[in-house]
Amino acid sequence: MLSGIERIQIIALAGSILFMAGVVELIRRKKIKEAYALLWLIFGGIFMLFSFWKNGLDYFAGIVGIYYPPALLFLILIVAIILILISYSVIISSQNDKIRILTQEIALLKAEMEKREKTDQGED
Amino acid sequence: MKKGCIIIPCFNEAKNIARVIDELSPFSESLEIVVINDASTDRTSEAARETGKATVLDLPANLGVGGAVQTGLRHAEKAGASWAIKLDGDGQHPPSAIRDLLEPIISGQADIVVGSRFLVDNSGFRSSFIRRIGIRFFEYLCLLLTGKRFTDPTSGFRAYNKATIRFMARNYPTFDYSEPEELVLASKSGLTIKETPVIMRERWSGESTISSTISVYYMLKVTLAMLFIYLRKADKPGKSEADRCSLE
Repeated sequence: MLSGIERIQIIALAGSILFMAGVVELIRRKKIKEAYALLWLIFGGIFMLFSFWKNGLDYFAGIVGIYYPPALLFLILIVAIILILISYSVIISSQNDKIRILTQEIALLKAEMEKREKTDQGED
Repeated sequence: MKKGCIIIPCFNEAKNIARVIDELSPFSESLEIVVINDASTDRTSEAARETGKATVLDLPANLGVGGAVQTGLRHAEKAGASWAIKLDGDGQHPPSAIRDLLEPIISGQADIVVGSRFLVDNSGFRSSFIRRIGIRFFEYLCLLLTGKRFTDPTSGFRAYNKATIRFMARNYPTFDYSEPEELVLASKSGLTIKETPVIMRERWSGESTISSTISVYYMLKVTLAMLFIYLRKADKPGKSEADRCSLE
């Protein structure tokens, strides 16, 4: 019954189920924000789909000209990793800006506080 | 209220900063000396405070020169300063030149004035040979991107008018060393930039924060940043309501 399924598919299927379960568990424990887990879940889902839907894998592999259909799984994986890493660069850059603005604000507020303390002391 | 601000970004300048502030003290009646201590690991903050003549802004984490300068500009904007002077905390920039820098700002001829060590004939400190190659490179890159020639694009000795303070408090290119980027941004945003000759000195004590090992990275990063500032749609200083990050 399993004769139509290649070993790589079984590994890919088991791997992607484990992976999805792991991501879901991390979201459940609030270790990953839902927004940041979205890309992982989307690509995990696509990966899982093609792991057991062999005809689909063959079909899409044919379209992009891949002779060994399971190689399409690796292509999906690489594309997913690149996209997720780029999204991280975007997130890091935006956090960098926010941290900078906050750091500046703290320095400005501290100086403002010192100034007020000084004028308060002057009045006493 | 004091009319202007002198912005001094500092990282580990404990040995120089008091002397820099002392030199500026003849001006301290009419303008506010603002030292931005970029999370120094030495006594920079204490040394500046002990003079009693400067407002010290202590950044809780190191932001790099650009982020420190922007802090000073934000302070100047809040204080309602009509103009700001930016100079280094290492003694390179002589206070005697402040008047020359401010003159085009006050007369309304320029929005930004840059002190150039290369407009004077062979006098003063002009940096090492290798660095001068870097400076020339940025000069030509600026020429390419702005169509204007700046003889000293990496000079940190600058004066800004009120409109520029307001604009740069929001849009200053803040990643590390941003002097050449600032020129492209300002020029693209329609601000008028003027250069004025300044005889500069060698730093009094300590090492420059741009070491030779990171300078290749610095050149590449600044070049990339300049190209992208050129490619981006410019934020016009007038349209301040539409600013990307609100700082109020």
